[in-house]
Amino acid sequence: MPVKVRIPTPLQRLTQGKEEVEGVPGKVIDLVSDLDKKFPGIGERISEKGKIRRFVNIYVNDEDIRFLDAEETVVKDGDEVSIVPAIAGGGTSGREDTFKTREER
Amino acid sequence: MGYIKGLKCRECGREYPVEPIYVCEFCFGPLEVAYDYKGIAGAMNRKTIEKREKNLWRYRELLPIDGEPQVGLNSGFTPLVRADNLAKVLGVDALYVKDDTVVHPTLSFKDRVVSVALTKAKEFGFDTVACASTGNLAHSVSAHGARSGFKRFIFIPASLEPSKIIASLVYEPHLVAVDGNYDDVNRLCSEIANKYPWAFVNINVRPFYAEGSKTLGFEVVEQLGWKAPDNVVVPCASGSLLTKVWKSFREFRDIGIIKQLDTKVFAAQATGCSPITAAVKQNTDVIRPVKPDTIAKSLAIGNPADGFYASEVVKKTGGYAEDVSDLEIIDAIKLLARTEGIFAETAGGVTLASARKLIESGRIKRDEVTVICITGNGLKTQEALHGHTPAPYHIKPNLASFEEVLKGINQGL
Repeated sequence: MPVKVRIPTPLQRLTQGKEEVEGVPGKVIDLVSDLDKKFPGIGERISEKGKIRRFVNIYVNDEDIRFLDAEETVVKDGDEVSIVPAIAGGGTSGREDTFKTREER
Repeated sequence: MGYIKGLKCRECGREYPVEPIYVCEFCFGPLEVAYDYKGIAGAMNRKTIEKREKNLWRYRELLPIDGEPQVGLNSGFTPLVRADNLAKVLGVDALYVKDDTVVHPTLSFKDRVVSVALTKAKEFGFDTVACASTGNLAHSVSAHGARSGFKRFIFIPASLEPSKIIASLVYEPHLVAVDGNYDDVNRLCSEIANKYPWAFVNINVRPFYAEGSKTLGFEVVEQLGWKAPDNVVVPCASGSLLTKVWKSFREFRDIGIIKQLDTKVFAAQATGCSPITAAVKQNTDVIRPVKPDTIAKSLAIGNPADGFYASEVVKKTGGYAEDVSDLEIIDAIKLLARTEGIFAETAGGVTLASARKLIESGRIKRDEVTVICITGNGLKTQEALHGHTPAPYHIKPNLASFEEVLKGINQGL
């Protein structure tokens, strides 16, 4: 079983409309680089200079990677990775599209 | 007459037109208002400000509106109280309380941000305003929105205390009690904000709304005789207020209203919800989200949107951060009331108790000028003090009964 990666609506334009794509096992940051090879442009939306962008949250099996090993967090086959833009303000958790992807899990 | 150039992403710098949008499409960073400071510097100085009405709009050039102010014409310009009694207890020379327990009309600093948000909502042509809130914001949107003729949708968790519900309901908004906690309400509101053409004050008009917080800082500088304080202590929920208070000082310096700016900015949180103070203390720029557990509910944001920026301001200015327990919060509320006659809500207790710790640890120097920002009224969170105040003297309706009590009082019983 590959790694399942959930893509938020604002980035689905880059994944030909796919809500879910396959990722490679290994460090989160390497998974992002690999996604960028398959879907050019997605890497710079999610990360900058090897760091996940500040207003992008990444969850591995429901756990925020900031509670794990951040960019170095290792994902394995069968894990689920969710990319969720943090909402800028009010302590809210996500836009319609983003929170739908979390709820569907 | 407005001086807004547009909106700009704080993260990647991409520019956007002035619209009810709040997040960068590219990197998901927050959008912020960009001003024409050259134009503002030519239009505004101490004299022009001093001639104006004593409300928050006296700094209008530095607020994100295009036309005339339309909401909150009696809001702002709250007292800056020189707190000598409190200063004596804390052992400092010069202490001031910025007293936003008395902002018109709903007694918290939210009346500032909502004044700006609703004026902007009028400019955008919205007829409905909305928010998700458990307290101060709900009251302010309900009240300001009533007077300025908006339809209002206020979303609250259904489990909210009756007294807080009544303080919104009295203005007759559409109050929607949602089965779920505050996070659930917020998520629902994000969905609604995407679907309905409403001005959600803390979602799609947030870049404008947040600018209203600067007026607290502008006032502090003016009330200190056009000087920025040496230290300012600001309570943090999302961290927005702290960044905006600092921005207000910086803007005054940049347009030449003050010459010097050496203010150190200090952040205050409850230990039960302290992602920002934790980041400062650990000297990291990673804000680790927490699950809040504190009586300071108005500060209980576990994943603060502006946390990174707030901790950055604290570090850059040479300030620090402190957090305090529920008991310390209650003690500080009582101390402020006992010494200065000001009844603050729990967030005010957080600010004062944190300031006290910062003074004791030497982070705030005793011979410097310090301002603490008290942002809401204690009448709103009275339940926090249940069991923590003395009982009244209970007597029979006759003189003898009273004098017996008085004797006890005089004997120090």
